[in-house]
Amino acid sequence: MKPEPVWVEPATPSVNVAALMVEITERLRHLLATGEDSAIDLGSLPLTPGDRDELAERLGAGEVSIRLVAEGESAFVETVFPGVWRVTHRNPAGKISLETIEIAYVPALVGAHREDVAAGLEQLEQDFSIRM
Amino acid sequence: MQGPLFDSFAGRGLSRRGFLKYCATLASLLALPPSAGRAMAEALAAARRPSVIWLPFQECTGCTESITRSHTPTIEGMIFDMVSLDYQETLMAAAGHQAEQALAKAVEDNKGKFLLIVDGSVATGLEGAYSCIAGKTNLALLKELAPHAAAIVAMGSCASYGGIPKANPNPTGAVAVSDIVKDKPIVNIPGCPPIPVVMTAVLAHFLTFGRLPELDRLGRPKAFYGETIHDRCYRRPFYDQGKFAKTFDDEGARNGWCLFELGCKGPVTYNACAHVKWNDHTSWPVESGHGCLGCSEPDFWDAGSFYKALSMPANPLKTVVPAAAVGVAAGVAVTWYNRSHKAAARKAHETAGVADLEK
Repeated sequence: MKPEPVWVEPATPSVNVAALMVEITERLRHLLATGEDSAIDLGSLPLTPGDRDELAERLGAGEVSIRLVAEGESAFVETVFPGVWRVTHRNPAGKISLETIEIAYVPALVGAHREDVAAGLEQLEQDFSIRM
Repeated sequence: MQGPLFDSFAGRGLSRRGFLKYCATLASLLALPPSAGRAMAEALAAARRPSVIWLPFQECTGCTESITRSHTPTIEGMIFDMVSLDYQETLMAAAGHQAEQALAKAVEDNKGKFLLIVDGSVATGLEGAYSCIAGKTNLALLKELAPHAAAIVAMGSCASYGGIPKANPNPTGAVAVSDIVKDKPIVNIPGCPPIPVVMTAVLAHFLTFGRLPELDRLGRPKAFYGETIHDRCYRRPFYDQGKFAKTFDDEGARNGWCLFELGCKGPVTYNACAHVKWNDHTSWPVESGHGCLGCSEPDFWDAGSFYKALSMPANPLKTVVPAAAVGVAAGVAVTWYNRSHKAAARKAHETAGVADLEK
């Protein structure tokens, strides 16, 4: 006889989100005062699935959403609080490798790197001279 | 951000953003602030590949199996391109005399500079004869190579503490690497097996900072073994609220409550399973509904039943000592209990014969 499947409910929310919101507030204040970026590593915090749902609900989704494709996809989603980003990095297999909340005007990884811009310019100039 | 390592990655089509993203993940694993990712990327890009020699002793190859699972995403496979893995019996193409020649050459070329990884315990019984490679005992090989290594990584619970080969009654006289080698920096990465990314992150730390990471009193990297499973467990709030699963399929288990009463060893086990997780960050034992076995702690195999709560005495016969310290009355009671227990055990004992085995 085939056993009945056991349905496991997602664990109920605890009190972790309230503490996390206080930390986000403090870091946002720091960003305004000094211009320094910072981040909270969500993977290292003991959050229940219920906590994660609650956090997503309280932060919401804002105006900007950026998709980066480099060694797997990454998503940078600004929350309803400008300067607070939900960042999810995935590996090439599609599994989440790092989940953070970044407090920054623009997440650092989004901007182009100086050396890459220089290499790109060189490429452009070469293409240009070939076509001329 | 430039250097030999980054150039070799770029040659394989890895972008700078991809590399930075990987370093941010590594920094997070090493419990460094997320901002350290960029600094790590700078240092790592400029690193040179050190030679690594991997010796398998009394082991089951589970550690190697685990580490190779760190390859599946290409970038984590690349970390093995960061080192020159000169000798690894399971993974290398060479065999027999050719393999042994590769080992001799790697040692000769990199004297004092190579990283020595050992998985498996060291058999000391019968002068080490229980486990040999190419006619040499593991014990002799370790003593021969250790003086020339820059540092030693004891991979898995067996190399770190003796592990399962050392479990009672330890027929081969198995000991840990640190019981034999006393004058070299040794980092223990216990676990049965250890988490693959812990290994790669320790290697990355060695490459980035030129030294081993900060270790705890048992020689484990603090970044991964600094806190207990229980401290980082997502079910911890339920422990604090006194909500426990009593069986594996009751209401509590279905609601994801704490598994303490079902024998979880999380409160006394130091490891990173709760936040690093297994199988590409898919899940880990507690998330899958089973308590922690404590496989990364010394002598976990002899620590009593996996299904007995930590609050229960693992072996009633041993409770005499603490009981006597608490009070004579309690001591007498426990002694009486132990005696009756022993007597009952003796009474129930039957000698098994060949006929019983065939039943």
